[in-house]
Amino acid sequence: METTFIEIMRQALDEEMTRDASVYLIGEDVAAGGAFGVSRGLVDKHGPLRVRNTPISEAAITGLATGAALCGLRPVLEIMFIDFATLAMDCLVNQSAKYRYMSGGQLSVPMVVRTQAGAAGGAAAQHSQSLESWFIHVPGLVVVAPSSPVEAYGLFKSSLRLDDPVLFIEHKRLYAMKEHLPADAAAIPLGRARVAREGSDVTVIAYSAMVRTALEAAQQLAQEGVSVEVIDLRTLAPLDIETLVRSVTKTRRVVIAHEAVECGGVGAEVAARLGAAAFDELDAPIMRVGCPFAPIPFAPELEQALLPGREQIVRAVRELTS
Amino acid sequence: MQRKNDPGERVAAMLRIRRFEEQCILLSKDGQFPGHYHVYIGQEATAVAACAELGTDDFVFSNWRNHGHLLARGAAPDRMMAEILGKAGGYARGKSGTLHMAVRELGVPATSALVGGSLPLATGAALACKRQGRGVVVAFFGDAALEEGACYEAMILASLWKLPILFVCENNSIPPAQRQRGQYTSSTLPAAQLVDVPQALQIRTEAVDGADADALAECFDRLVAEVRSEGTPRFVEVRCTRWPGNFPLWPELPCGQWQLDWAFGQSPDRADLATWLEQSDPLLLYLRKIVAAGGLTREQVQALDERARAEMAGAVRFALDSPFPAPEEAYQHVRAEQGATL
Ligand SMILES: Cc1ncc(C[n+]2csc(CCOP(=O)(O)OP(=O)(O)O)c2C)c(N)n1
Ligand SMILES: [Mg+2]
Repeated sequence: METTFIEIMRQALDEEMTRDASVYLIGEDVAAGGAFGVSRGLVDKHGPLRVRNTPISEAAITGLATGAALCGLRPVLEIMFIDFATLAMDCLVNQSAKYRYMSGGQLSVPMVVRTQAGAAGGAAAQHSQSLESWFIHVPGLVVVAPSSPVEAYGLFKSSLRLDDPVLFIEHKRLYAMKEHLPADAAAIPLGRARVAREGSDVTVIAYSAMVRTALEAAQQLAQEGVSVEVIDLRTLAPLDIETLVRSVTKTRRVVIAHEAVECGGVGAEVAARLGAAAFDELDAPIMRVGCPFAPIPFAPELEQALLPGREQIVRAVRELTS
Repeated sequence: MQRKNDPGERVAAMLRIRRFEEQCILLSKDGQFPGHYHVYIGQEATAVAACAELGTDDFVFSNWRNHGHLLARGAAPDRMMAEILGKAGGYARGKSGTLHMAVRELGVPATSALVGGSLPLATGAALACKRQGRGVVVAFFGDAALEEGACYEAMILASLWKLPILFVCENNSIPPAQRQRGQYTSSTLPAAQLVDVPQALQIRTEAVDGADADALAECFDRLVAEVRSEGTPRFVEVRCTRWPGNFPLWPELPCGQWQLDWAFGQSPDRADLATWLEQSDPLLLYLRKIVAAGGLTREQVQALDERARAEMAGAVRFALDSPFPAPEEAYQHVRAEQGATL
């Protein structure tokens, strides 16, 4: 049976809460399911003390989760939209990320900040952003961006069991995606990328919802006789450069694709790292596909005009292979 | 940790903080450590009274003015001083310095150098206490914290969820004449009194004179017991007057180290210091009172002071002798054991 991203995430949360009594869900409306219903029903099973609605106070609930994590709980905090992580930024950047280091390893902050990102039609400029690159810049934070329901299941389990603060970014457009969760689905190790499709001509590196788009592009290009390898980064911090170098050594050409604004995005970091680690393996400049430098507009026509998709990836690959 | 209500222990605890801070200033002036730092001189009685009420299950959260809180909680002065000097013998092997000193085994998980930054954390610790069925939290912060939004958000949560936390606002910018009076206007907060703010959020509050060690002891004894038994937050504003050495950007010792004789007839040359000592020094005022009442003799106080000085001189030696951390340690503890879990 196939189930949606939302249902599979709910199952992962439920299983982890059942397994570990120190796991708490905290966030705005989480008892009612959160913004997209991921935690719906969990309050009935685990009670309002473990599935806690909070006031609309992103700064304080992030601090609260951090303090609780420092003192023995393992909170899963929901920040409704990654756009509102700006209000939690001080705590995430200056506190959650730093207590292990500042204490010389005495302390740890085992918590997961679940949030969702991306544009999915009509949410406009304050509810559609992809801000992940801000967080990979902060030593001490782990950033995870799953590309499918089954991936989310396994990556969430590892994130929750890690003794560090993890920003777990779910993409709105993936919420309705359905997959079959194998009975033996297990935790997926963090910090390792996945070859989502093997190929030999060009490597397309993507993460989150863009992996699907890249796979569609690869499908289309296969019909033209171009063999595309698609790599799903899974974890944006730390980056698994070895897997990327291995692929590039084979294909010698790279496209990095993400929905986030291209300027200063994760792709820039990946490109710089590959340029340093695999310069001799490359036969062509590294190409980036990302959002043009503009906020996400409301009108669907405008939103579509900006958002990078299959066409942009196909075009980039063709440019590299022509 | 000190025994409650023992005058000798109380005096010793205050003297230890004062003598530690003086050494800190001297080491800074001597160029032994870089960066800015903050000393707790003039506020010793607050940390001493608050920490006397705490046990091993309790947590303390602090800010940049943390030396007194940590010493009162039982931290070792030699390891603290080594940390301040950025040495390998420090609690964080030089990674925190003065600003972020934390001692996990003493229940001091975090010192945040962000104004108001520790309040949400402390509130989260109180949630952990409540859920785990043990412990309370004492959160120390300065008066400026009330100007930060996170402070309100944290108090809303603590009040709404009935969390066992004592918010200790150390208001060290009060002129002496206003310390005991009910009303004053804070220069940066448009509230008649700081305590009006948490009161509006249904948190019970009170104000206490930070120069009166007995009043502080009574106040913390009661408030911590209430937080413990009722499991609800309290807010106390401790009204202190800034020590003249804390007026410059970098602390200075006006007229050298504090002298016991100043409590018993002699006076320093500087008028502002003399006035502060007479009106606002919690240590001096308590010594005078307890010696007059026969609780301690002057000789006993003298002996306690000598012991404190010797202890802090030892801490300085330990810190100076401690090696610097190896450069590669700068890469450690960024994340959980790299490789193992990731
Ligand atoms: C968020 C933030 N803003 C500004 C500062 C700079 N800063 C450090 S201490 C301080 C004043 C703090 O005053 P108060 O809270 O009364 O504490 P005190 O130093 O008087 O004990 C300021 C503005 C900071 N550390 N954090
Ligand atoms: Mg102040």
